[in-house]
Amino acid sequence: MTTAEYQGTTLGERVPVGGRFGWLMTIYRYALVILLAGVFVFPFVVMLTTAFKVSDEIFMAPPELLPRTWTLDHFVGALTQIPFFRFLLNTVVIAGLSVLGTVLVSPLVAYSLSKLRWKGRNLLFIMVLATMMLPPQVTLIPIYMMWNKVGATGTILPLVIPAFLGTPFFIFLIRQFLLSVPDELIEAAKVDGASEFRIYWSIVLPVARPALITSAVFQFVWAWTDFLYPLIYLNDEESYTLSIGLYSFLGQHGVQWGPLMAACVLFTLPAFLIFLVFQRYFIGGIATGALK
Amino acid sequence: MQSARLRQSEPTGRALLKGLAFASPFIIGFLVLYLWPILASGYYSLTDFSLFKAPKWVGLANYERMISDAKFWKSLYNTLFFTFVGVPVDIAISIAGAHILNQKLKGQPLWRALVYLPSIVPAVAAGFLWRWLLNAQYGFVNEILRWFRIPQPNWLLDASWGGISVIVLMLWTVGGTMLIYLAALKNVPQELYEAAELDGAGPLRRFWHITWPMISPVTLFQVIVLIIAFLQVFTQPFVLSKDPGLGTQTATGPGDSMLSYSIYLFQNGFTFLKMGYASAMAWVLLFVTLAITLLILWSAKKWVFYDNR
Repeated sequence: MTTAEYQGTTLGERVPVGGRFGWLMTIYRYALVILLAGVFVFPFVVMLTTAFKVSDEIFMAPPELLPRTWTLDHFVGALTQIPFFRFLLNTVVIAGLSVLGTVLVSPLVAYSLSKLRWKGRNLLFIMVLATMMLPPQVTLIPIYMMWNKVGATGTILPLVIPAFLGTPFFIFLIRQFLLSVPDELIEAAKVDGASEFRIYWSIVLPVARPALITSAVFQFVWAWTDFLYPLIYLNDEESYTLSIGLYSFLGQHGVQWGPLMAACVLFTLPAFLIFLVFQRYFIGGIATGALK
Repeated sequence: MQSARLRQSEPTGRALLKGLAFASPFIIGFLVLYLWPILASGYYSLTDFSLFKAPKWVGLANYERMISDAKFWKSLYNTLFFTFVGVPVDIAISIAGAHILNQKLKGQPLWRALVYLPSIVPAVAAGFLWRWLLNAQYGFVNEILRWFRIPQPNWLLDASWGGISVIVLMLWTVGGTMLIYLAALKNVPQELYEAAELDGAGPLRRFWHITWPMISPVTLFQVIVLIIAFLQVFTQPFVLSKDPGLGTQTATGPGDSMLSYSIYLFQNGFTFLKMGYASAMAWVLLFVTLAITLLILWSAKKWVFYDNR
């Protein structure tokens, strides 16, 4: 994986421009891509406009896209009917710690698998690949029993500690990236007598920055959107994440589509902002084929 | 060269210690979060076991019980239905969309971002949003079908459409696969198309004889990744089928049409506390996943083209 490939946006377009009817083809091309993007974006528009509609207008057949009267009531409702900020804080803490664990630990393992030569390295790499393929359902119950035994169910520990033991996907991603870093860089420092950890810390980590940011943003979004593990491990409302809080919202308050859509908007927003800021790294990570 | 010799002269014992030291977090992680749980799960699957009582050896009884468990078969059928309908449609939409994005267009980063955006929406939010979109009376999906005078199904309340609703929700996040195909299309050597055009090959022939074989290694990898993901589907049907009237009880959609394998496994393990049975189900899932993956890999030599230049 070279740096150029990694950015993923530097590749040129290559479709030949049509001849006499060039302008017609241009319109056709843009019509197609607008239609494509529209299919993906339209649900967001509905989420947003529903959240701003007054309750009477939400239940209209046939439905209308734009509100006749715009209102912020549902946002107020979403923020007050559930302890939104409590859930937000819980989610931020879990996502933040997961990201911290990932950037601290996954590159250590990746470095060992790419730049250190030792007996058993290939075996460990095969172990990383095998764990990537394993359905999490297989380990779900024993791991739950383990956390239960040490009294950690109901806490966030089962949700964040795995990140501090290295996540196979990110170990793989960072390893692939480090393979493209020339050995000379490391050898030179070695000649100068730098210790292995010093080399790792002051040479390898800065070089691996793009791969680290990619891992961090994916880890954030995964932790942010995770549902199954918080559902299993968090059992009292105080510790709920937004996913679980939003899920229970539907039952507790009947089906109130206005506040529900407003809560969905608020819940989606942080992931959106992260995506906007780090777009390049998301698209770059996807282009490697390892993440989606 | 001198540096290379220096490195090799490092004693192997020291090198081993260093390598292990850097890898130690994952070695611990592998033992605690993967190896031991796999072995334990295999043992649990042969026992009668719940949170409150110690495992009691029952041999293959859990596996035998599956044979006569109608819900087990229903959940397996549903999951295979999601997979074998969803994955091909996912791949087809991705390839078609990648072609649209691969045209000469201004604002490439914007189009890519818009296509990918649904993939970062929390699955619970996406599920609720699509419950609303698929609402038979007030939803926009049926409104659009009405414009085109296409019959409008009762998506979430009709047993024969529940499974398709799950697939529709999952297809909303097809953008990631599409972008992988976009990168693959850009890697197809342009000369091949130019040569084919000189020979008078139309767009369809160019696709079948150039594009499809050239992107087939990507297709192989994506098919496997998608199959694994579809076989494990949990959150999407779990949220789509939630019944506010049932409280915390897990709903499974009309006629159990949204009961996925993972949901039934979760129910057995954490609602009915039949953890031995749930472990046995997990092992069956592992074997089904392995069997399908191996079958696809075996078929690969018939349809995957490796460029050996």
